[in-house]
Amino acid sequence: MTRLLMKGTDAIGEAAVRAGCRYFFGYPITPQSELTHYLARRLPEVGGLYLQAESEVASINMVYGAAGAGARVMTASSGPGISLMQEGFSYMAGAELPCVAVNLMRGGPGLGNIAPSQADYFQATKGGGHGDYHMIVLAPNSVQEILDYTQKAFDLADQYRNPVMVMADGIMAQMMEPVELEEERNIELPAKPWAATGMAYHQGRNVINSCYVIPEEMEVVNLRLEKKYQQIRQNEPLCDSYLLEGAEIVLVAFGTASRLCRSVVDKARQRGIPVGMIRPITLWPFPYDFIEDIAGRVKWMLAVEMNMGQMQEDVQLAVKGKIPVYHYGRLGGMVPVARDILEEVVKLYNGGALR
Amino acid sequence: MLEEIYIAGFGGQGALSTGQLLAHAGLLEGKCVSYVPIYGVEKRGGVANCGVTISDREISSPLVTEPTVLVVMNNLSLARFQDTVVPGGLIMINSSLVESPVTRSDVKVVSIQANEEAEALGNVKVANNIILGALLELTGVASIEGVEQSLKEVFPKRHHHMIPANVKALERGMELARAHKLSQVD
Repeated sequence: MTRLLMKGTDAIGEAAVRAGCRYFFGYPITPQSELTHYLARRLPEVGGLYLQAESEVASINMVYGAAGAGARVMTASSGPGISLMQEGFSYMAGAELPCVAVNLMRGGPGLGNIAPSQADYFQATKGGGHGDYHMIVLAPNSVQEILDYTQKAFDLADQYRNPVMVMADGIMAQMMEPVELEEERNIELPAKPWAATGMAYHQGRNVINSCYVIPEEMEVVNLRLEKKYQQIRQNEPLCDSYLLEGAEIVLVAFGTASRLCRSVVDKARQRGIPVGMIRPITLWPFPYDFIEDIAGRVKWMLAVEMNMGQMQEDVQLAVKGKIPVYHYGRLGGMVPVARDILEEVVKLYNGGALR
Repeated sequence: MLEEIYIAGFGGQGALSTGQLLAHAGLLEGKCVSYVPIYGVEKRGGVANCGVTISDREISSPLVTEPTVLVVMNNLSLARFQDTVVPGGLIMINSSLVESPVTRSDVKVVSIQANEEAEALGNVKVANNIILGALLELTGVASIEGVEQSLKEVFPKRHHHMIPANVKALERGMELARAHKLSQVD
């Protein structure tokens, strides 16, 4: 075990290599570019392939091909590039192909800017592509978690034969924190008898396809997918909580915003205000049950996000109208200041539900 | 111990590498550390800021929004960040480049003509480490040995021949800070 200072993008790249990913197809975009720098150097060292495609559309379709052939494969981009990949995610969900896609979010919509944001929540969790499908979405909040959850993303993708997104913002990408790096070990990758590796390697034809011309057949596929999604909803929701004991007010935040909220909880508690925090780690499946359970014991929740209240809607769905759910956010690449969030908490605490 | 340090300058001044050196040194000494850079799209001359947190306890938020120490390398950054410093905090200024005065009266201010000092040592590029040396002396947040060790980690190999010059700069910065502390006693 080595303890070293690591940057978020390097942690994603190293985690991918350690998870047995040997193929990366992508196109550089700030703040994701440093990940491509890392993998361009690192993948050839382990006999892997790093390829800078001509565009994000090409990248995701290369990922489709590699995944269809049974490879552990990854792509990464930021907002505008991830938008271009949506068609590919939908096709991969339809063809039930595993892959890991990393979105290092930046200010938008449109070309926006390169500053950190969390405004791609809807796109990731509600299906940015077409058709009835879901992606598993993981939202780490430290460099150690980036390392751990990127590796987990590959396992989840293979287990469910589904695209998995690791979603963080520009701050998570650029920041450096100490991580515990375990010794590299040989891992055994799961067998993929469905992969189209050629008739020399499997009995009969393996077909990778998302096209079902006959609606009756498509519906059967849809129902099969739904069964899988139901299994994921049951087994995979992940969240973390902080000082919920005796809390009347609960902040709900993920990623960078959750780091800020943790310090807000500490400061509020010092002032005698009973605040706690819930941090969804899987944004899909969203931890509805956990939040509903907590909602029965507290007065209100405040969703703190670097967007205009996208996760707030899921928190509202979770609490089922039992308590009010407010929102505090900064937009367009602006990062909330702990002092301002605390001020909002104090205002709500004193004014109750008058807002 | 908790120091939240914000270093603000233009790209090319070493603001980011100064922050990385601090974070690495803190880690080597067994502290909890974090480093968050914020920079513009330009390679040189754009905004280059970073926040470094060094603490005995787990760090809640790695984002430095209310620094205990602010290092200022240009006029723009002084105007933009001096109000964020906590009362009783420290503002360190490279006065070779910053002319405007600090308007806060509830913070300590240490001004160093880092460019002239660096030129006297033979290389203006080490100006950032003159300030870093002074910061180490004034805050005790990490040791010069830790930063020396970190120079090998942070600098790419092709720049390792520059390490002795940077160590000299760190030592000069510490010397200047000691002289400053003495003058405060008088």
